[in-house]
Amino acid sequence: MEAALSLFVRAIFIENLALAFFLGMCTFLAISKKIETAVGLGIAVAVVQTITVPVNNLILNFFLKEGALSWAGLSDVDLTFIGLISYIGVIAAIVQVLEMFLDKYVPALYNALGVFLPLITVNCAILGGSLFMVERDYNFSESVVYGVGSGLGWALAITALAGVREKLKYSDIPAGLQGLGITFITVGLMSLGFMAFSGIQL
Amino acid sequence: MSGMRAFLDRLHPHFVKGGRFEKYYAIYEMVDTFLYTPPDVTTRAPHVRDALDVKRLMTYVVLATIPVILMSWYNTGYQANLAMAEMGVAETSGWRGAVIGMLGIGYSPDSVFAAMFHGFLYFLPIYIVTLAAGGICEVIFATVRGHEVNEGFLVTSMLYTLIMPPTIPLWQVALGIIFGVVIGKEVFGGTGKNFLNPALTGRAFLFFAYPAQISGDSVWTAVDGFSGATALSLSASGGVEAITASGVSWMDAFLGTIQGSLGETSALACLIGGAFLMYTGVANWRIVAGVMLGMVVTSTLLNLVGSDTNPMFAMPWYWHLVVGGFAFGMVFMATDPVSAAMTNLGRWYFGALIGFMVVLIRVVNPAFPEGMMLAILFANLFAPLIDYFVVKSNIKRREKRIQASLQ
Repeated sequence: MEAALSLFVRAIFIENLALAFFLGMCTFLAISKKIETAVGLGIAVAVVQTITVPVNNLILNFFLKEGALSWAGLSDVDLTFIGLISYIGVIAAIVQVLEMFLDKYVPALYNALGVFLPLITVNCAILGGSLFMVERDYNFSESVVYGVGSGLGWALAITALAGVREKLKYSDIPAGLQGLGITFITVGLMSLGFMAFSGIQL
Repeated sequence: MSGMRAFLDRLHPHFVKGGRFEKYYAIYEMVDTFLYTPPDVTTRAPHVRDALDVKRLMTYVVLATIPVILMSWYNTGYQANLAMAEMGVAETSGWRGAVIGMLGIGYSPDSVFAAMFHGFLYFLPIYIVTLAAGGICEVIFATVRGHEVNEGFLVTSMLYTLIMPPTIPLWQVALGIIFGVVIGKEVFGGTGKNFLNPALTGRAFLFFAYPAQISGDSVWTAVDGFSGATALSLSASGGVEAITASGVSWMDAFLGTIQGSLGETSALACLIGGAFLMYTGVANWRIVAGVMLGMVVTSTLLNLVGSDTNPMFAMPWYWHLVVGGFAFGMVFMATDPVSAAMTNLGRWYFGALIGFMVVLIRVVNPAFPEGMMLAILFANLFAPLIDYFVVKSNIKRREKRIQASLQ
C-alpha cells in the first residue's frame, strides 16, 4: 500500500510528465488558453492514460514478453519487437472510443477540443506513460497506479498553465513573444517551480 | 528642494513627445517620480480615491526591510569576525581589509559597530551590482517599450540582495537579477503583470545553475576556508539536537545570529517588518496567517507521524519558524501582491499551500535542506487557479441564492 502511494505521488509531482519530462507539449501548449477546456482535456488525457497503461501492461505480459505466450504453448517466442506498434494501436483504439463517447454525451467539450482530441493518440505523454511502464517493469497493479497518477499529473500541469495564461491575458507582452513564445517561457518557469520536488526519494 | 523641482521642470519639455530626448522619457520619469509625488490623475472613469498608490506601496515594503537590512549587516559581520577570531586570522585581505584598516575599526566580534561595518562592506557591493544590472535592464525595457520604470524594482532589488549569501560572486549576482527582471517580469510587461516573484525567480535560477556558490556549508560566512553549516542543513542529518549541539539555541535562531543568507537569519527582524506591512495593509494578513497555519499543521502532523530514519520529522513548528528563510519568505515574498492569490479566501489557501510545501520540502526532500524559495514559487504557479475556483464557487453560491429568492 505504501509503495503504491509513493508511486502515485511520484507520478503526479516528481516525475510529472509535462513539467519534468516535457512530454505531450503540442496539446499542452495549444489547449491551455482557457481553464475549462484545459480541465476537459486534462480529464480526457487522464482517462486515456488510466486505461492504456494497464491494458498495455496486460498485452506486454501476456503476448509480447519473452515466454509470455507460454499459455498458448509457445514458450520461447519473444514479440517485444512489435511493442511500439501494439501500444500505439491500443492507444488509438481507446481514443476513438473516447471520441465517440464525448461526441454523444459531452458535445460542448467535444467541440472545444476539436482536432486535439484525436491527436491525443499521438500525444507523447500517453505513449511515454506506456513506455515508462515497460522500461520500469511495472506489474499490473503498479501500472494502474502509474497510469492514474501520471494522467492526473499531466492534467494538473495543464490546468495550472491555463490558470497562469488566463492571468497573463492582462499582461503587456512584447509583440514578438505573444502567443506561443511567452507560453514556452511560462512553461519553463513553471518547471522551475516544480523543481521543488526533484530529488525526493519515496 | 524647490530648486530641484525647477530644474526637473526645466528639463521636462526635452523629454516629452517632440523633445530632443523623447526616447529617454522613461529615465526622466523615473528620477522625477522617485523624488516627487507623480502629478498624474486619472482623466476617465472609473476613479479610485486612495492614498495608497504603487509608489507608496513599494516604498513601504522598502521601509519594512530596514530592520532586516540592519540585522543583515550585523550578523554577516558578526559571523565573519567570530570565525576570524576562532581561526586566528588578524585581518581580511582585499579592499575590505584596506577600508577597515584605514578607518581603524578592527574585527572584534564583541563590538556591534565593527561587526555592522564589516557586514556592510559585504552588503554594499551586492546591492550596488543588483541595482546597476537590474536597473539597466529595467531602463532598457522601459525606454524601448514606452512604459515607466516602476518603484517595484526598488523592492525587487532590495529583497533579492537580502536573500543572497554574503560570499556570492558578483557576476552571479548580476546574472541572477537580470534573469529575474527580464524573464521573471519584463517579458510579461513589467511590474504587476508577472506571475512569479521576480526576486525569487532570479535566486532560483542561480540556485539551480550554480549550486556550489549558493548552497552548502562554506558560503554563509565571509571568511575563506571557514565552513559552517546552516541550521537547516545541520538538522537534516541530526534533527534539532544537531542544531543545539552546534551551540545555536532557539533564541539565537530567533534573533538571527546564525549562518544563512544576508537577510534571512533573523526571524525577529522579519516579524517587525511584517507587523509594519500588515498594519499598513501593504501585506495581506491572510496570506501570512495562511502560511503560519499551513506550516504549523503540517509540521505537527509530521511530528505525530514520526520517522526512525529521518530526524527532520521530529522538528517542532517553532523551530521551523526561526531557521532558514521561512520568516523572511512569509513576510516579504509570499505577500507580494502581484504573484499571490488575489481573493480573500484564495489567500488563505495560497498561504496554506506555501506552509505545507515548505515543511514538505524541508522534511522529505533530501536534495534541498531549505524549501521556502521553491515553496513560494510553486504556490505562485497555482495562485491564478486558486483565484479561479474561489470566484467560480462564489458565482455558484450567488446563483443559488438568486434561484432561492425567485421561488
